[in-house]
Amino acid sequence: MITSNLELIPGMRVAEHLGIVQGSTVRAKHVGKDLFASLKNIVGGELKSYTELMQEARAEAVARMEAEARSIGANGVLNVRFATTSITAGAAEILAYGSAVRLVEA
Amino acid sequence: MGALLEIGLFVTLLALGYGVGRVLERRHYASIRRRERELADVLAFTMRFPPASTRAQDAFLVCGSVVVSSDYFKTFVAGLRGLVGGRFRGYESLLERARREALLRLKQDALARGARLVVCVRFESTSITSGRTPSIEVVAYGTALVPRPR
Repeated sequence: MITSNLELIPGMRVAEHLGIVQGSTVRAKHVGKDLFASLKNIVGGELKSYTELMQEARAEAVARMEAEARSIGANGVLNVRFATTSITAGAAEILAYGSAVRLVEA
Repeated sequence: MGALLEIGLFVTLLALGYGVGRVLERRHYASIRRRERELADVLAFTMRFPPASTRAQDAFLVCGSVVVSSDYFKTFVAGLRGLVGGRFRGYESLLERARREALLRLKQDALARGARLVVCVRFESTSITSGRTPSIEVVAYGTALVPRPR
């Protein structure tokens, strides 16, 4: 599976367009992390536990998008975009979407 | 007595935010500059198409992200600033730091997977604030290219 935010892959040709595929996940942070983060809010800087949380969520969204692409017979997803929305205080949706394609060697 | 305690706490938090926040910011900038030099030969561009080349390339998505939080002092000053308008210098440096950090992590991700070229880099930021102090997630993502052996 080739996943890229380019519109074409050097050395490959798009044989077939299979439409949009997407994967998303909604994650909430847990109380312990929130407590630590609120302490960190006093001095500022990186909130490492949140960074990890968002990275995991993004990997999950991409994995789901790739699974959907695979299920419709694609071997690549091009033009991938990410979007994140804060739904309520403490929960965020991470969305990955792109165009499923069948790539062949040019 | 209660009011005095409250004022005391407020002043302590303000001093802590200013003092520790500044030290942390200075350290972070030093670390960013050092890693930027180290990763100077991993190239990242924003163009939508790979460089004109007839060679086949392996392509994959790379990503770097960071969640940063403002500090008590900056948030307080920003609150005052909100009354008169103008530049929020404290927040400008916070976001700049976050964006450079995200780009560095993207480059680290690319290098770890054997790539020295990333194209179509995009930035995205989202506020994930839950209390009064703003927290922002900055993501940099792009496509890493590795030339295939002939």
